[in-house]
Amino acid sequence: MSIKVDNVTKRFGDFVALDNVCVEAGGGALLALLGPSGSGKTTLLRVIAGLEAADAGTIYYKDENVTSQTARERNVGFVFQHYALFRHMTVFENVAFGLRVRGWSRERIRARVSELLKLVRLDSIEHRYPSQLSGGQRQRVALVRALAIEPKVLLLDEPFGALDAKVRQELRQWLRRLHDELHVTSIFVTHDQEEAFEVADQVVVMHDGRIEQDGTPHDVFEHPANAFVMDFLGNVNVFHGRLQNGHAHVGGLELEYPDYPHSEALQAKVYVRPHELDLDYARGANGSLKARVERVNPAGSVAKVFVLSEEFGIGVHVELSLERYAELNPRPGDTVYVSPRRVRVFVPAAEEGPEYVI
Amino acid sequence: MPDSQLIAARHVSTRVDHPAVRWMLIVLAVLVVGVLIIVPVINVFAQAFSAGWTTYWTSLLADADTRHSILLTLIVAPISVAANVVFGVAAAWAIARFRFPGRTLLTTLIDLPFAISPVVAGLLIVLIFGLQGYLGPWLREHDIKVIFALPGLILATTFVTLPFVARELIPVMEAIGPEEEVAAVSLGANAWQTFWHVTLPNIKWGLLYGVVLCNARAMGEFGAVYVVSGRIDGLTCTMPLRVEKLFQQLRHDDMAGSFALASILTLLALVTLAAKVSLERKTRGELAEAAATKIVGAEPLVAETVGTSA
Repeated sequence: MSIKVDNVTKRFGDFVALDNVCVEAGGGALLALLGPSGSGKTTLLRVIAGLEAADAGTIYYKDENVTSQTARERNVGFVFQHYALFRHMTVFENVAFGLRVRGWSRERIRARVSELLKLVRLDSIEHRYPSQLSGGQRQRVALVRALAIEPKVLLLDEPFGALDAKVRQELRQWLRRLHDELHVTSIFVTHDQEEAFEVADQVVVMHDGRIEQDGTPHDVFEHPANAFVMDFLGNVNVFHGRLQNGHAHVGGLELEYPDYPHSEALQAKVYVRPHELDLDYARGANGSLKARVERVNPAGSVAKVFVLSEEFGIGVHVELSLERYAELNPRPGDTVYVSPRRVRVFVPAAEEGPEYVI
Repeated sequence: MPDSQLIAARHVSTRVDHPAVRWMLIVLAVLVVGVLIIVPVINVFAQAFSAGWTTYWTSLLADADTRHSILLTLIVAPISVAANVVFGVAAAWAIARFRFPGRTLLTTLIDLPFAISPVVAGLLIVLIFGLQGYLGPWLREHDIKVIFALPGLILATTFVTLPFVARELIPVMEAIGPEEEVAAVSLGANAWQTFWHVTLPNIKWGLLYGVVLCNARAMGEFGAVYVVSGRIDGLTCTMPLRVEKLFQQLRHDDMAGSFALASILTLLALVTLAAKVSLERKTRGELAEAAATKIVGAEPLVAETVGTSA
């Protein structure tokens, strides 16, 4: 079932948690709400669930306006950040709770819960209490408990937030497979862009209670809508530059930028990802930035090199493929030339004030 | 809590204090406890049983007024405790779950009965419900007796025991947090199902602890009840009032009755103490468990995606 959030605003006192937010998740979609702490993503999730009431705006489940319905009436499955398992109930009783309060018969509950626990391979520990479970097991119990009531929508708040890296990785893939089997429309909140890109079909980036970008993982990563999204989605070098006559000037570099053909200079921030930079011992054709190699770290799938341009007083992070690294073999103290393969320019909004231009 | 403090104190003293100081303090503490607590408690039982079992039971059960005082206490205390359970749970819920103007004031006011002298508490009730009080004319018109009657006893007892349940539950409910209740609602539970199946099992030991302390205080209450009851034998005399009254008669039989009745109150205190110790452990368990779940679900780190800027 599809979900539509239409112009939703939510305030806590003077703080605007959600500012005219519009989001749409198609039926059977797996959508990630991605953003830093305090961006409003959890509030949005709770408004969709009916655990928080919006100050303005409308929520639709398919074509039905559910804005005034309570969480009970909306029949959503909600997985809480810290699981919120009932500590005095066993795994079985936890999963059975939603069915019990709906007045299901004992036998039907038994059958349904057993089936679900088998599905997630927790049937052998159904008599344990939450305090006797590992983090990953608690997570799975919380998910199955939410699914037991056959929800129209599954909402997950930082589902992997409290787990260690390895368990996180496993559970991500597990969630993706489970979603592919059950096809229930799901929305999850995360602050981890890797998690969002790996699991979701659709990524919504939030910041300060607003939607910054909404698209497929590929769209969002390859074509960030603005500086915030660019900055948020992983390591990036930020240069303060100048736009003029179809060119971007950054330090000694001059780059093609046909989107700005005007003759008056405009200050702008230029973003380059570390893996979109190259190093060479010879000066490049478009002019390149002269720098000295400071640190080299070839451990990992890419070689990380940190160089410093003394002329402009800026440090730059560069990631080279291991082949390129072997070819160049840069050593600390070497003089190299940095040239970008790809840059993105975002003109700062007027309210950000004057920018320093190199 | 006292155990852990003692242990902490011992650790410090072994490291810092001279052995003589240590022994002096221990002897002093034992002496004070012995003289002020242990000897009098033993004495109550010794006096009560000095004339043998038969006299003990006779002095307790043969006197109609003494029998009535026991019955009256068994009526007043449970009603007060029940009222305090309802009030305590409601107040703890309001204070632990909601943020509202006057919340701090309410938390402070709940403690007022601890600070106020029970005699004054009794007077306050007389001033409102007495015949000369604010509600006096109205009550007389409707032929309702509060002062010198059962309702007054219950009011006074409830007033002085008001803080026990609420004070016990507020920290427990705050430590447990609202997450499980919200989860229950999201799973379709109504308010009553949420309270009965989720909240109550989580706070049951804390609640029971509060009930035990509240009950002990309710049965032993003297000052406030003294003022509102008029101490009418066979009508408004509760056990503590009866103990004092018999004792004041200075007749041998009455003295025996006084001690016999006092021994029952003392026995109640000892049972309360035992229940308190065992419940304290369970309540600590409740709090510790709440703390443990909190640690497991620690706040996620702030996004570690801040770009490397030049």
